[in-house]
Amino acid sequence: MISANLRRRHLIASLFRWSCIAVTGVAVAILCVLIYQVTTVGMPWLDLQFLDSFPSRFPEKAGIKSALYGTIWLVGLTALFAIPTGVLAAIYLEEYAPNNRFTRFIDINIANLAGVPSIVYGILGLALFVRFFHLERSVVSGALTMSLLILPVIVIASKEAIRAVPQSLRQAAFAVGATRWQVTRAHVLPSAIPGILTGVILALSRAIGETAPLIMIGALTYIAFVPEGPMDEFTALPIQIFNWTARPQQEFHELASAGIIVLLVVLLLMNSVAVYIRFRGSRREK
Amino acid sequence: MNVDLNEKSSEQNNVTSDKPKILDIRDVSIAYGGELAVRNVTLPIFEKSITAIIGPSGCGKSTLLRSLNRMNDFIENVDQTGVISLKGDDLYGADTDPVEVRLKIGMVFQKPNPFPKSIYRNIAWGPTINGMEGDIEERVLTALKQSALWDEVKDRLQDSALNLSGGQQQRLCIARALAMEPEIILMDEPCSALDPVSTSRIEDLLFELKEKYTIVIVTHNMQQAARVSEYTAFLENGVLVEFGDTDQVFTRPANQRTEEYVTGRFG
Amino acid sequence: MSSLSGQRSRFGERILNGLFFSCASISVLTTVVVISILAYETYGFFVEVSIIEFLFGTKWTPLLQPKSYGILPLLSGTLLIVVGSSLVALPVGVAVGVYLSEYASERVRSIVKPVLEVLAGIPTVVYGFFALTFVTPALQAVLSSTHVFNAASAAIVVGIMVLPMVASLCDDALRSVPDSLREGAYSLGATSFEVTVRVVLPAALSGIFAAFVLAISRAIGETMAVTLAAGATPNLTLNPLESIQTMTAYIVQVSLGDTPSGTLTYKTLFAVASVLFTLTLCLNLLANAVMRRYQETYE
Repeated sequence: MISANLRRRHLIASLFRWSCIAVTGVAVAILCVLIYQVTTVGMPWLDLQFLDSFPSRFPEKAGIKSALYGTIWLVGLTALFAIPTGVLAAIYLEEYAPNNRFTRFIDINIANLAGVPSIVYGILGLALFVRFFHLERSVVSGALTMSLLILPVIVIASKEAIRAVPQSLRQAAFAVGATRWQVTRAHVLPSAIPGILTGVILALSRAIGETAPLIMIGALTYIAFVPEGPMDEFTALPIQIFNWTARPQQEFHELASAGIIVLLVVLLLMNSVAVYIRFRGSRREK
Repeated sequence: MNVDLNEKSSEQNNVTSDKPKILDIRDVSIAYGGELAVRNVTLPIFEKSITAIIGPSGCGKSTLLRSLNRMNDFIENVDQTGVISLKGDDLYGADTDPVEVRLKIGMVFQKPNPFPKSIYRNIAWGPTINGMEGDIEERVLTALKQSALWDEVKDRLQDSALNLSGGQQQRLCIARALAMEPEIILMDEPCSALDPVSTSRIEDLLFELKEKYTIVIVTHNMQQAARVSEYTAFLENGVLVEFGDTDQVFTRPANQRTEEYVTGRFG
Repeated sequence: MSSLSGQRSRFGERILNGLFFSCASISVLTTVVVISILAYETYGFFVEVSIIEFLFGTKWTPLLQPKSYGILPLLSGTLLIVVGSSLVALPVGVAVGVYLSEYASERVRSIVKPVLEVLAGIPTVVYGFFALTFVTPALQAVLSSTHVFNAASAAIVVGIMVLPMVASLCDDALRSVPDSLREGAYSLGATSFEVTVRVVLPAALSGIFAAFVLAISRAIGETMAVTLAAGATPNLTLNPLESIQTMTAYIVQVSLGDTPSGTLTYKTLFAVASVLFTLTLCLNLLANAVMRRYQETYE
């Protein structure tokens, strides 16, 4: 009883379905090729000597010690600046802010800042921190620039986490005479912490991988020492990878690949932690 | 499938009708993820009549209704046994096309679900994609008139259907089903989201439609079932407790539970 | 004083409110400072270079003699990247989104979604490395006229880079279409193709549109992959196999050298960045406005 028309339509439907599946498969395959390609050539270079050496003109002597330390300094300071600011801003916007035009303006502003190209933050860092405040090419310049860059990410994630806390919890606490801060600290924040943490980790992994803003503030220089204070010059992992990639010699490309492995492993670890926290959070809700 | 099919079959009712049987539901059980929602239901649906399925919420009446045009195909983990046949053709046969089933058995849902398109396109959509013969515009107009919506929308067929009121949207959904000229129309609590005035308009509509169509309506509103239907099936916990002429079910129920339910003692 | 006046914590609350408010204001301050700096330096640039030459000049050679300051070559370079990456990311992204939302089982989805998120988090410099060491050689093997640095390679890689975001946003948009619409369509005898393409996709159109706009905005602002793979030759060309320069790559090129503040070269950074910022800001405002509207439709 199936008509020819219907047979054709079923054919189209299954063609379409299989095209979507095939395209998804190809996309996943390409991304696998990407990860395979960027990591294989570097494998042989990955050893303790690579992790514990400064960059060098001679590939076999070169390593990422200064970049690794630079990244740790950079992310540490960025976390110090951005996490409290971002979380407090989110608390303000969700718990304290009056529902008026200025609050809505802040919200829209943050959503748009999240989409500003990272290189524009680099320009801001160059003009404001490096030149205007004379912080030069220091770790602190980099961290301040990076903080502004990831601030919207932290605020948006924290806001979502805080908004997910049921209103009834707040009302119950207010009903026994708690002040707004007591309600926030004792009830809202503890429930929102897993979501906030996930957002913070994803934001920090963004800070670890960003290259362009650091190049803007002049971090692409030969650095063969480990920063010892926030005012020291520094280099970072993605900068070192960029530097090696931009050179024509194959050996340096292999070094870049080794650096990419280190970078991806760090990011993957951070992502797993974020996924784990979210998983645990969602299980507790059930 | 670990579904216990040894449950006692529901009481066999011997309902006779001068109308021919169009749909034959035989020993149908449906389970969601191993949980039985419908148990061994056997039920005839007679042509050009209105059959109401009543029962407390969660009794499986919507599940049963959705099995009649294979809408349960879209839900994961559904297991179904038994036979449902339309004029002798098995709805779940190996060479049965679910699309073909839905062409013959249309459905109106609990909440009005017009497409975000114009009023005209909402009704023309089904006939168009199915490449139906004849004048599509004619079909749209007929459907709108049949569903008593024509007078209200004739000047704004190109307006978005989302601008209609809830009751108008539901009548549009009925018109959308009618435009396909199906043999059977299934209605899943079509008035539950509507106000009393819209509800009574749709009930009036049902009276007119049964001249041409077979209608199966699920409702939790017993007055509605008593008003519009000729046959009533009472379902409880997935079991068909009683099936019979509506008059008989409401005035002289054969089963104690039916009596308790129709007199409002539970449910 | 009334017994309900309560001073227990009013002072503390006010201080906290002030503290939280200043944190929230940092974002507004950031925007204000970005716009002021860009405007100030760009104004300085236009004192020395006419706005007509900047917007309509066809040569961009601020680092070479004779200097000229026409931004069109940088815009055409950026356009090549945007068009190329869109050709990759938009159709594929929609297809992946459709697969995830309409066809994939819950199990597959729960795996693919986090994987997309991880891929979206891969640093752009890694994509640059991939472009240079894999895509370019592959292109050269197929089309021998491909230059070592070329727009096509960078565009493909930028497309792959924004793909996870497009797919994820499309999936969100499609899933926000209520199931009742799908059921309505199926009950009229539609096939899955007709339900998806003629009911669900049109209903999700604004969300998909927002995803496209955000992808284009990302592609315009993308820096590392284009710097590494597309080259540093501001060519007014539409040939994707040639070396080009985007706005972002120019900014990187200048900042790699030591450029003292106050020089005209330093100011070109800001003039180019102003164009970049304006373009992406407009696109982001558009995307956010559309997104807010579609979220209201079905909530």
